[in-house]
Amino acid sequence: MAAISRDEVAHLARLSRLAVTEQELDTFAGQLDVILQAVARVGEVAAAEIPPTSHSVPLTNVLREDVVINCLTREEALAGAPDVEADRFRVPRILDEEA
Amino acid sequence: MTTTTLPDYDAAVAAFEPVIGLETHVELGTNTKMFCGCPTDFGGEPNTRVCPVCLGLPGALPVANKAAIEATIRIGLALNCSIATWCRFARKNYFYPDMPKNFQISQYDEPLCVDGYLDVEVDGRTVRIGIERVHLEEDTGKTLHVGGATGRIHGATESLVDYNRAGIPLVEIVTKPVPGAGALAPEIARAYVTELRDILRGLGVSDVRMEEGSLRCDVNTSLNRPGEEWGTRTETKNVNSLRSVERAVRSEIIRQAAVLESGGRIIQETRHFSEETGDTRPGRSKEEATDYRYFPEPDLVPLAPDPQWVEELRAALPEAPRVHRKRLQEAWGLSDLDMRSVVNAGAVELIEQTVAAGATAAAARKWWLGELARRANEDGIELSAVGATPAQVAELQTLVDGGKLNDKLARVVLEGVIAGEGSPTAVMEARGLAVVSDTGALTAAVDEAIAANPDVAAKVRDGKVAAAGALVGAVMKTTKGQADAKTVRELILERLGAN
Repeated sequence: MAAISRDEVAHLARLSRLAVTEQELDTFAGQLDVILQAVARVGEVAAAEIPPTSHSVPLTNVLREDVVINCLTREEALAGAPDVEADRFRVPRILDEEA
Repeated sequence: MTTTTLPDYDAAVAAFEPVIGLETHVELGTNTKMFCGCPTDFGGEPNTRVCPVCLGLPGALPVANKAAIEATIRIGLALNCSIATWCRFARKNYFYPDMPKNFQISQYDEPLCVDGYLDVEVDGRTVRIGIERVHLEEDTGKTLHVGGATGRIHGATESLVDYNRAGIPLVEIVTKPVPGAGALAPEIARAYVTELRDILRGLGVSDVRMEEGSLRCDVNTSLNRPGEEWGTRTETKNVNSLRSVERAVRSEIIRQAAVLESGGRIIQETRHFSEETGDTRPGRSKEEATDYRYFPEPDLVPLAPDPQWVEELRAALPEAPRVHRKRLQEAWGLSDLDMRSVVNAGAVELIEQTVAAGATAAAARKWWLGELARRANEDGIELSAVGATPAQVAELQTLVDGGKLNDKLARVVLEGVIAGEGSPTAVMEARGLAVVSDTGALTAAVDEAIAANPDVAAKVRDGKVAAAGALVGAVMKTTKGQADAKTVRELILERLGAN
């Protein structure tokens, strides 16, 4: 059984705002399936007593004190912006996704 | 769309049982952002409180702010929650430019605090509101939509983004669903947010200003017929004052009841509350569940709060607002009923501060629940926003107690204070409102009144002291109300030898 369906690939493409053709969907679904099958093999050796790992280093509580550091200047902050208006990053509108 | 006339509120809650739930976001008052050292001060020029971390520049790594973790744990403890012994941050992925990283660092299935409660008092009874979770995340940037006529996203062609707010620590507090509220649902929602705000203020973790957005509230509402399963809920956003919390629940109950009564169904959606109209309008539809693809944040190591640290924080919690109010009630000598009207008017702290500024509790209560509450009601605003400070009210009362103002003049002075003309003393002097205390001028006015009303004067001379009222009235008229009536009366009786 495939690890990922063509529909799931289409859904992810939409979430990522990637314009994927019908033919590309077939290609990517096949490629992603190979990758996922390979990664899934890890599950074959993961026994019940081994918890899922999200972090490779055994550290907790890496915190910083609440002390202000220097920010970037506005010119520096906006230097890499695709476009600037009124000292703000100017980007295309996003419809129907008002957070 | 339906054009059904809306049923009234009483009919709605007679036919349906509301279930409410509240999600509250609180911006913490830390010095720096959640994952970087940029300052959090309000009102900086756009994009001047940003760094590689909060701009999501390649290679920048977040480090959690210890003060924000501590504040969140304290909030959890104050809300009777269990504190996680181990938890992780999570990435919430979404495509919208208010976060430059294309994701928000939040907490998902491992919140820092879970399963608590908050007791609130409504209409003389105590209602326990379950707390589902308290978690920590980062606030988003502010987007400004341009190119359209309305400033809202529909019709806009471009968005302008300021990332000063992006990354400010934001605590989300989610209640469990509150069933069984019945007709009191709107009041309970308001009482919950009020109590929560007081707790947060007491903890000193946030300035909790709803109008500035440091305390934001989303209200979930659903209706079901008695005995049936809970209905589909809507989520109302943009609820920016305590009064609006109550109005939003109320209007959503009425709206949903109308839809259901006419055979329609409620759509699970986000709605926006309008301060102007007092009703809710549809926003983004949630029929297709949002897919945020949460996963553990790889750039931040897990949190494991030391239980001993948590216990120290618990031991150092301030007195709960409820306990504090009980103490104030005793100190002010108020009955339960009187105290409730103080609480309902949102006047507890204002009176407390007025007393601290030197007024008696009785005088402070008289001003805040009398003249000032009337003004707030008329203008449809919170009492705290009425335009007079506790210090000014105390100063006003000092002028009354010192005989410089009578009650009537004091009310006029208060008008001036509210209008922004300055302190009570400044308003009194600028408008020439002080009581006429110059005995010479008063005596002249008294003599004039006696001369103009010989019949009345004769009666008073004969011992009919009650008749002096007419003379007092005449003097008050010539002094344009700026005399102390008691002094005038004494002066008249003295002049007429009736003392």
